Amino acid sequence: MNASASTIVVEIEIPISERGPSPRKVIVGYGFWLFLLSDIILFSALFAAYAVLSGRTAGGPGGVQLFHRHTVLAETGCLLFSSFACAMMSLAIERRRRGWMVAGAAATFVLGAAFLGLELTEFGAMIAHGAGPDRSAFLSAFFALVGMHGLHVSIGLAWLVSMVAQVFTLGWRPMVTARLACFSLFWHALDIVWIGVFTIVYLGAR
Amino acid sequence: MFGKLTWDAIPLHEPIPLIAAAVVVLVLAGLMVLTIVKGWWPVLWRDWITSVDHKRIGVMYVLLALVMLVRGFIDALMMRSQLALAAGNARGYLPPQHYDQIFSAHGTIMIFFVAMTFMVGLMNFAVPLQIGARDVAFPVLNSVSFWLTAAGVLLVNVSLVVGEFARTGWLAYPPLSELAYSPDVGVDYWLWSLQISGVGTLLSGINLTTTILKMRTPGMGYGRMPIFTWTALASNLLIIAAFPILTATLGMLLLDRYLGFHFFTNEAGGNAMMYVNLIWAWGHPEVYILILPAFGIFSEVIATFSGKPLFGYRSMAAATMAICMLSFMVWLHHFFTMGAGADVNGFFGVATSIIAVPTGVKIFNWLFTMYGGTLRFETPMLWAIGFIVTFVVGGATGVLLAIPPADFQLHNSLFLVAHFHNVIIGGVVFGAFAGYTFWFPKAFGFRLHEGLGKAVFWCWLVGFWLAFAPLYALGLMGATRRMQHYPETGWQPLMIVAFVGALVILAGIVLTVVQLVVSVRARERLRDASGDPWDGRTLEWATRSPPPAWNFAALPQVDGLDAFWEAKRSNGGALVPAPGEGGRPLEMPRASALGVVVAFFAFVGGFALVWHIWWLAVVGLGGVIAAGLARAWQTEHEFEVTLAEIEEARG
Repeated sequence: MNASASTIVVEIEIPISERGPSPRKVIVGYGFWLFLLSDIILFSALFAAYAVLSGRTAGGPGGVQLFHRHTVLAETGCLLFSSFACAMMSLAIERRRRGWMVAGAAATFVLGAAFLGLELTEFGAMIAHGAGPDRSAFLSAFFALVGMHGLHVSIGLAWLVSMVAQVFTLGWRPMVTARLACFSLFWHALDIVWIGVFTIVYLGAR
Repeated sequence: MFGKLTWDAIPLHEPIPLIAAAVVVLVLAGLMVLTIVKGWWPVLWRDWITSVDHKRIGVMYVLLALVMLVRGFIDALMMRSQLALAAGNARGYLPPQHYDQIFSAHGTIMIFFVAMTFMVGLMNFAVPLQIGARDVAFPVLNSVSFWLTAAGVLLVNVSLVVGEFARTGWLAYPPLSELAYSPDVGVDYWLWSLQISGVGTLLSGINLTTTILKMRTPGMGYGRMPIFTWTALASNLLIIAAFPILTATLGMLLLDRYLGFHFFTNEAGGNAMMYVNLIWAWGHPEVYILILPAFGIFSEVIATFSGKPLFGYRSMAAATMAICMLSFMVWLHHFFTMGAGADVNGFFGVATSIIAVPTGVKIFNWLFTMYGGTLRFETPMLWAIGFIVTFVVGGATGVLLAIPPADFQLHNSLFLVAHFHNVIIGGVVFGAFAGYTFWFPKAFGFRLHEGLGKAVFWCWLVGFWLAFAPLYALGLMGATRRMQHYPETGWQPLMIVAFVGALVILAGIVLTVVQLVVSVRARERLRDASGDPWDGRTLEWATRSPPPAWNFAALPQVDGLDAFWEAKRSNGGALVPAPGEGGRPLEMPRASALGVVVAFFAFVGGFALVWHIWWLAVVGLGGVIAAGLARAWQTEHEFEVTLAEIEEARG
């Protein structure tokens, strides 16, 4: 408008939307949040497919016959405690304590790997009993949904290893800490997806 | 060693694709030789291929779209000429299995690699300039996005010579697209090229959304964003929400084809209609991803060439967001005949018709912007007016199709083909050309030849109506889509008229190339020293043309809508720098080869997966991971632009 208008704007509080570009850290985090949202939508498509196909066992075994709730509970425990360890790691990162960070990362990794090990054992046993993804549409949807989550966990584990290596070689640069923050968001998001898997796939088994 | 790939994959017995491919290879080789001989290679590598400048990436997107427009249009010409011939007992010159590949390739290329690529290119180019940003939020990721799109394009084109393309239509409905009925590599080419380019599109959507929401210059609140930026925001939000569905759906079909899953098969409980639901849950938002930025371009063009602020800015932004929401509630209208029942069909029919309301709001806003304005009928404005007239007809036939009982009659007919070409050509393509003509002087510092630009417009407008008005009529007579010949000789005259229409559009495309060549040669005469050739309203016109890599040496303070227009009226067009801006050196992102390297390995991996060459697929994946890791350990991401350089660029 004109000069007097802009001086008035300075005196009153400037709305958040008019304060100009955000700092780099915020931009990176925001972009990663958007990525996570898109990832959740990817999962929701798989959940939808599972919901449609969950009854289509084609004469093959259903969830009740196949799933072992104790194993799944153990898997869930591993993943949730792994998230707890990840949160501890974030606290260590905030205080720039490399030793504690590595301890947190190691606990996160071991628990995540244990989750993955249990899951792969479960998959292996099912396939060995002729209940692989090619048996029925229900099992196709099961393996795709749970397998996609497992794939995410595997990528997360590889990412975690690479982040520890980056902390050791590159130090606490803003670039590295921003990536660590993104990793922890990713790891917690996988928990949220797992809660859905646990409830809908395992507790809802027919 | 080479999976399913043998010498039989090269179609030596089919001259058409081989000759086409030979021409393409010769042209590419010629360009390579010319580049090396002339010593252009370092410039090409440094300033274009590895560039992370959003403007250059935008230009490359548009160039890619124009090249693929030619490729997709050749398919269109073949289809129209085939149907002009193949009436009664005549069978034309294209055998059915070739014809099926052509309409599948035409749809795939025109939507994904022309319309989509063109719009993403224009958004990349213009949005950061409009919001007063120096680049997008993630410049290197932007380059990755572009090159992944290019990798998808390459994979589609390779299918021309090595193997064949899908014969399953542009959306590859199962069970036809399942292994049992399409055992060859055509569908795999389709799947992998869309998976690779789809990832690129998703990343680009995240990038531009973050840019718009987090990087606007001081003072530019949501109510002050240029309307093209609003539509770009809506479009990119839709990309984030819709493209993962595409990725998941194509992933399921891939699992069916590669690992024997049963998502969509006829056996073991698979459900083919689930594919149709899922693909349209992406597919319907997709058409709004394409049309919303076009609406934004027309809004900018109409306000600029009417010399008036846009009528109803707030209602325009609200209508944009309303369409953004509604676009997710109408997908079922693509298959009313599925048998979901009257209630479901009724809901989706009504939801579809409701979209006409915000769209109607937009049409009236454009008309009222022109009303009482000082109109200048330059090329971008012609596209905008041609759009309004053409698009209203396309929208009206869309509302007709939204009525389920009518749809049962018109479904799968040429009426439907005419309808969606009516909105996509009349909306998206006209918008793309309007944007191309409008921002070309900003990108290169000289205008496109005006007379030739008008000729291009008239060719497209007349050609469109000649080509598609007959299809409306033929559809009502019962002509179905995707037919390679027809027994009813009474249809032939209208088919010939449609072919003539395609030839008129061909003249428009040829003239586009001529216009580009003529304009480059006459660039001194067409040069625009002002940076503001159209008397523009938004921030991009406040920079010189072409803008420096950093767009704005000092981020401007914005106090209202149409910031540059206000600045021109109050203080001769000089923007007021935001507090603390200016007089400082700048940090700009360095060029990076990450995009082109990742895309190269993605292409290798995609090709390997199409042909079941597993070791090569591992190489492709390994290459992508290695490139990512190499990038992760790079620490020098930026370089400093000194004050002297900024001054020098100012001239």
